[in-house]
Amino acid sequence: MLTLTINGQAKQVDAADDTPLLWVIREHLQMTGTKFGCGAGLCGACTVHLDGTAVRSCQTSAKDAVGKKVVTIEGLGGGKPHPLQVAWVAEQAPQCGYCQSGQIMQAASLLAKNPDPTKQEIVTHMDGNLCRCMTYGRIQKAIIRAAADIRARSGS
Amino acid sequence: MTHIAKPQGQIDLRRRSFVIGASAAGLAFGYAAVHGVTGLSDALAANSFGPTTWYSIAPDGKVTVMVGKAEMGQHVASAMAQIVAEELEADWRLMQISLPANDPKYNDPVLGALLTGGSWSVRMNFDAMSRAGAAGRTTLIEAGAAMMGVPAGECRASNSQVIHAKTGKKVSYGKIVADGKATKVWTPDDLKALKLKTPDQYALIGHSVPQLDIPSKTNGTAKYGIDAMVPGMLYGKPVVPPVRYGATVKSVDESDAKKVKGFVKAVTLDDKTATTTGWVVAVATTYEGAKKAAEALKINYDPGPNAKVSDQTLIDEAKKLQASDASGQLFVSSGDPAAAIGGAAKVLEAEYLTSINIHAPLEPMNALAYEQGGVWHVHTGNQFATRTGGIAAGALGIDPKNLVLHQYFIGGGFGRRLDADMVVPAVLAAKAVGKPVKVIYAREDDMAMDFTRPLTYQKVKAGLSAEGKLVGLQHDVVCAWPDERWGPEFLAESADKKAKLDAFTVNGADFWYSVPNHKVRAILNELAQRATPSGHLRSVAPGWTFWAVESMLDELAHAADKDPVDFRLAMLDGAGDNAGGAKRLANALRTAVGRSGYGAVSLPKNSGIGVACVSSQERATATWTACTAQVEVNPSNGEFKVNKLTLAMDLGTVVNPDGVRSQIEGSMLWGMSLALFEKAPLEDGALQVSNFDGYTPMRMSQMPDLDISIISSNDAASGCGEPGVTVIAPAIANAIFNAVGARVRSLPITAEAVKAAMKA
Repeated sequence: MLTLTINGQAKQVDAADDTPLLWVIREHLQMTGTKFGCGAGLCGACTVHLDGTAVRSCQTSAKDAVGKKVVTIEGLGGGKPHPLQVAWVAEQAPQCGYCQSGQIMQAASLLAKNPDPTKQEIVTHMDGNLCRCMTYGRIQKAIIRAAADIRARSGS
Repeated sequence: MTHIAKPQGQIDLRRRSFVIGASAAGLAFGYAAVHGVTGLSDALAANSFGPTTWYSIAPDGKVTVMVGKAEMGQHVASAMAQIVAEELEADWRLMQISLPANDPKYNDPVLGALLTGGSWSVRMNFDAMSRAGAAGRTTLIEAGAAMMGVPAGECRASNSQVIHAKTGKKVSYGKIVADGKATKVWTPDDLKALKLKTPDQYALIGHSVPQLDIPSKTNGTAKYGIDAMVPGMLYGKPVVPPVRYGATVKSVDESDAKKVKGFVKAVTLDDKTATTTGWVVAVATTYEGAKKAAEALKINYDPGPNAKVSDQTLIDEAKKLQASDASGQLFVSSGDPAAAIGGAAKVLEAEYLTSINIHAPLEPMNALAYEQGGVWHVHTGNQFATRTGGIAAGALGIDPKNLVLHQYFIGGGFGRRLDADMVVPAVLAAKAVGKPVKVIYAREDDMAMDFTRPLTYQKVKAGLSAEGKLVGLQHDVVCAWPDERWGPEFLAESADKKAKLDAFTVNGADFWYSVPNHKVRAILNELAQRATPSGHLRSVAPGWTFWAVESMLDELAHAADKDPVDFRLAMLDGAGDNAGGAKRLANALRTAVGRSGYGAVSLPKNSGIGVACVSSQERATATWTACTAQVEVNPSNGEFKVNKLTLAMDLGTVVNPDGVRSQIEGSMLWGMSLALFEKAPLEDGALQVSNFDGYTPMRMSQMPDLDISIISSNDAASGCGEPGVTVIAPAIANAIFNAVGARVRSLPITAEAVKAAMKA
């Protein structure tokens, strides 16, 4: 039995230590906002935060998440929509939507450290996240919009 | 010239009554499921009312539109709701969508099936959805007027309210529904007599209202097939054979798998539908357990007859077939191109190739299946529920009536989920273990077992007169035929009515240029058909036919010493059968060319702008699309960069401009990705791709600048999700030629090919 802290809540899971965190979140805990895309760390659909850092949950064992704070798309805004989620709607970014949880989690880890990224910094940070519908242009715009929103709120 | 083949069982809504009556959801609105229903009681007695519901209004005013279309990111459900809401005069904030199970009640009115593809959805449903909305509004006005005690003729509807301007009285749709008196049966004649809005009266259509599916796709609440769960469910992980098709399982050794915690059983599929061959499913209590067990199984295969098939053997076979006059069927036959080419001043002949490509939607194939009270339930996102439900039932050996396919959001379709393989391991594993089983393909399974865009070999021969006019063109297209396998009812008559052909391998070759002598042959590559079951990949045939046509047009223009734009425009004269369409295509071409600065801007050395124009998808449902590509080539190694794509598209009525733009953006990048980055090689009967390190769709850093012009009009709405895919590759190849004089004829285009062509 493993105890994980996900979105601020302690969760008991009957899973082997080497179970990928992805399957613990998606199937054991039935929090399906985190998506399975490749199982090899190549697409980014399964991105979650581990102590604030964006990680591929398909490449992270459940045991390695013990004692750390796991945040998924369901907990990103802490009860209200994160500025990125607002921006994603404003830019009408998603098409099929399947990669977008991972895109948003990846982008959130950038803005947490750098609320004023250049276009090149955005591209470099996001390039590991595949969007098969190729909504990249709108993802970029949504990140720029959210960054501006975050800066405006913090008065910087 | 081309026709959309229709499967059996189509229904004509113009001959159906429209029924409005109370239901569990509030007030339900729908077309009657059977002919001759004249009253609500008849409809209810025939048990045909529920089955026809297209939308409902709840007492709280929420309007739910049932969309029998696969929602895979094209926001089609939202577009359908927009069409209903326009005539219904509903408040957009009260609109929502629901994706129904595979009941024939939600069949596409024209296709007679639950099928999403071909960019057909908006075009084919526009009138029926509009009349459904108008009938609802009229009925609500009558009921609302009665509630307010005013004449209906003095009332109007707006924002989900019936308004009597004289007295200032208003009543909301929700209240009218709660009152329960709004019932009516509209006869087909009544419906026909309804006066629909003219485009200048539109308040929603033509406006970029927010897509109804988007918020749920930003917070993790959107449910895809892979998210389906039922209590007590087990997990299945497929183990796929070492060849794409034709293998059989000789033996399965479970001894190591039995050591895996939670392992239940290895199920060898006996697939009576022949959708799969040589598959085993490892079933366990968890997915991680199923995956470990799958890896621990030792399976002995007979690889079957296709174990030596490769790209090269497919190409060799295609060339052999093309060389024989006896091969294939005629798709286009006008004049005598052989004679015209024989007498031509200049003759050009070229081969064009496109590689096998896979769909690789980001949500891997999956399905959850279980039996409950004699009825089988399958949960999966699918583009062709009518067929997929039939395959699931066929695999089980049951009547399709006893199987319900539950629809979900689709995590990428692109045509992949027109196929049905994912339901087979789920239903057979669930049957074998007697419990619900959710099967999830690993990415490796998903890629290896794709129903691919087939490898295509095309040969084009054309003749120019002394004046540089195209006098004759012969175009042969050799490939696997997706519809021969997938839906023989979609096969079309050949031009000489001698046999059937798969128009979905040659669409686009029946172009809108006026060429006096023109023949197109569709040739089935039987070797490919057996070894690599092909499917429909976004845009299907126009993805390869225009590669050949628009490349050859450019080659001809240069051979005739004419500007490629002028050369095309001269042939888009709208003569004869090409009236109307050709002029719109010419207009789109002029728009894209003008915006690109073609001929006006000075470009850096080794740069060029190339053009192409297309009429995807089918001739009968064409969207007029043109594009230019600006490309810079490094002549030392052939490497090149696409700096900018400039596209213009005329698609008639635009329901949601921002939604259209979004589809065009994605489809253009798809076209570029297929042209440059995606290839699934075939060796030893197997697709040599396993994950996104080997099969590499475009990433954010590879995006060029996009310039998009949408040309809208009051003409019928046509599809926008596919033409962008088809126009990019030839535009890029033509740009490479203009930059450094290198003609490339094989997709994807590689630096090596550019370098080699520069030397040639």
